[in-house]
Amino acid sequence: MRRKNWYLIVGAVLTASMLAFTAVGFFWTPYEPSAMSAADKYAKPCAAHLFGCDQLGRDILSRTLEGAGATLAIALAVLAVGALAGLAVGALCGYHGGAADALVMRLCDAVAAFPSVLLALVVLAVTGPGKYNVIAALGVLFVPSFARLVRGEFLKYRDRDFVRSAKLIGVSDLRIIFVHILPNIWPVLLSGLTIGFNNAVLAEASMSYLGIGVSATEPSLGYLLKDAQGYLFTAPWYTAFPAAAIVLLILGVSLLGEGVRERMGVGT
Amino acid sequence: MMLSVRDLSVVFTDRGEPFTAVDRFSLQMDRGETVGVVGESGSGKSMTAHALMGLIRRSQVEVTGSAVFEGADLLTLPRRELRRYQGKELSIIFQEPMTSLDPTMRVGKQVEESLVIHEKLAPGERRARALDAMALAGLPDPAEVYRRYPHQLSGGMRQRAMIAAALVLRPRLLIADEPTTALDVTVQAQILETLKAINREQGTAILFISHDLGVVKALCDRVVVMRQGKIVEEGAADEVFHRPRQEYTKLLVASRPARKKLRGGGGDG
Amino acid sequence: MGRALLKRVLLLVGTMLLVSVLAFVAFSVIPGDPTSSVLGIEATDEQVAALRARLGLDLPVWQRYLRWLAAFVTGDFGQSYKFGLPVAELLASRAEVTLVLAGAAFVLIVAISLPLGLIAARYEGGIVDRIVTVLTQAVMSVPNFVMGIGLMYLFALVLHLFEPKYVPLSDGLGAHLRFMLLPALAVALPKSAMTVKMLRGSILGEMGQDYIRTAYSKGHSRSSALWRHVLRNAMIPVVTFLAMAVGDIMAGSIVVEQVFGIPGLGRMLISSIGTRDYPVVQAIVVMLASVVVVCNFLADLLYRVMDPRIDGR
Repeated sequence: MRRKNWYLIVGAVLTASMLAFTAVGFFWTPYEPSAMSAADKYAKPCAAHLFGCDQLGRDILSRTLEGAGATLAIALAVLAVGALAGLAVGALCGYHGGAADALVMRLCDAVAAFPSVLLALVVLAVTGPGKYNVIAALGVLFVPSFARLVRGEFLKYRDRDFVRSAKLIGVSDLRIIFVHILPNIWPVLLSGLTIGFNNAVLAEASMSYLGIGVSATEPSLGYLLKDAQGYLFTAPWYTAFPAAAIVLLILGVSLLGEGVRERMGVGT
Repeated sequence: MMLSVRDLSVVFTDRGEPFTAVDRFSLQMDRGETVGVVGESGSGKSMTAHALMGLIRRSQVEVTGSAVFEGADLLTLPRRELRRYQGKELSIIFQEPMTSLDPTMRVGKQVEESLVIHEKLAPGERRARALDAMALAGLPDPAEVYRRYPHQLSGGMRQRAMIAAALVLRPRLLIADEPTTALDVTVQAQILETLKAINREQGTAILFISHDLGVVKALCDRVVVMRQGKIVEEGAADEVFHRPRQEYTKLLVASRPARKKLRGGGGDG
Repeated sequence: MGRALLKRVLLLVGTMLLVSVLAFVAFSVIPGDPTSSVLGIEATDEQVAALRARLGLDLPVWQRYLRWLAAFVTGDFGQSYKFGLPVAELLASRAEVTLVLAGAAFVLIVAISLPLGLIAARYEGGIVDRIVTVLTQAVMSVPNFVMGIGLMYLFALVLHLFEPKYVPLSDGLGAHLRFMLLPALAVALPKSAMTVKMLRGSILGEMGQDYIRTAYSKGHSRSSALWRHVLRNAMIPVVTFLAMAVGDIMAGSIVVEQVFGIPGLGRMLISSIGTRDYPVVQAIVVMLASVVVVCNFLADLLYRVMDPRIDGR
């Protein structure tokens, strides 16, 4: 009698396919992604090159596989930095409260008011481009949104009876945070992670597209699109496939997040 | 006969098993009469009121029977026709005066809203009628209250604003759905006095829904006791209160906390 | 309202000062001595010392900050290392271009999302609602620049309705705006999808409130209750959302400028980052931040006007 959760089903299928596609790229690509071939310049999609070739005769399927891997790796690294640090900051602020909490949260509000792409561009303007700088900059900038999310949830649970009774019988704060509260906020956190993942993919792609992200030696999907831009009218397939990969990845994860929210009854 | 309800049933079909909230409810009401419907929460009394008002018309709720009001069956009238009655011939006030008022609209505008919907009047005329209704509902300084927002009023004043809005077109029937439950005791008494006066002076019939038999006795001529969607007892208010025939009604009388007589003075809190 | 307003204004000024300190530290302190960027590496010691004195680099940091701030608020943003021109002069025309783009995008977002959100909520569960729900979910997942590339391909190559060559304002306002329509759409579409979703949810949430039941009991139809009561209440969170979106719109404009070759602040920012032309980067960053901060301030005021419950505090 329960309505089918299409978000969850479609999202899971789409995300799983994109992850499988990316996973393949880690082990095998039909051609060496950077191998050029004068004969195949601007080759249209065909049996030998499913996605066609670029202006230097490189196989676009191989390049997209490699790029999806780079994009995924960066997004996951950003998420790891942002979510872990955000979790720590949010948990401490929400659990202890006080003046430090107020100060940290005002700071988070200030940072969160600005789009992360812009802030990351500013950071990279000083540090210079490169994969690790992108991860560090975006990771740090993602901390406030996670911290706010986690803090809000901790505030909700801090005064619940089961937390109070745990305190009374002398359970340590760390144990309360990790064992008693964290499992309860998991649905909200999961939904936040899907949003964060998409924002990371989006931010990295935009930055690399602008040429202030990863370097040419580790092309991400955003970098491929920047490279393809000049040939939009001569080799549209060079743009189309990396673009489709980005859109499908984001779409899959956002549907998955929507499905999780519907399933767990979490408000957006 | 102003209102004649026959075998009104309300069945919810949206949560798996069909659930019967109101089961063959029947009631006759004359013009100017005051009738109370009493029961504990979940007895179907509010659902009855909402069904008569046409407020639960949606898919997955089956409303059957008939409710003939001044010759028209409220349950089968097309929506468009029904709307000509709502707010004009019959009105309703609710339990929660805070949430029942639009928080972003000035109180006066909400009082005169039925006028906007049902009659074409000049703004000045509308305002004058609204101020009249507000005075009738016992609001002190109507002109001041007119330009306030709901959150700036006390609970009792909000309920009086709701009453004013319900009465602005002088309906024949006012349905009061637990209008005093959310208010404290002295305010409750004052609101009851106001409703009584309106009934007496305007001839407005009142269908008063409450879980509190004592409150109903203070206002109504007749009373209907409901339990699990069905009518279990009915009769003159005094009769039912002092000599209840059903065990359930006795329990309702007994569970009523002893209180001073419901007479209050002074302004609303 | 008076005290609340004063508090907001103070907060606005405070935030702007914070932005200025951060921008100063990031681009005037951390990168170190700009003399080599200006004079080149073959400059003599005397030249370097003279320039340092002229730029005030021999002063303590806080004095340098105050001098910089005083100059900045009077419109003196310094000299570009690369072009040797005053930054203000360099940026004036470009800021105009970006503002037109971002402004057009904002207007489009409102124009697209309000009707769609309303219709979807009014006919909840109907065919239009379902189409809108699926479309918003899909469009939300397309990054601005991918949307831009897609629109460009579709309108230029397939439909031949768009000439992908920038038309400056000097060629006439109409022609300029016609060119800007597509880039603005690229900025606006993904955000519109989010706004539609948010507005629809907000309207449906308000539809279930008690005061809507009251409206029905007064003889309102679903549509008239929607217009007279729901919309105003439902717009309150949406206004906040739209104000927060201004930052994203600016960011989107900057990326989309790159797609369509529009000579605005975005392209200037990217090329200046590339050439480490810090005074230009600094000025653009402060400008963009100011727009975001001021828009949040205005949204806060609007929010207070729309929701009478927050007055007086």
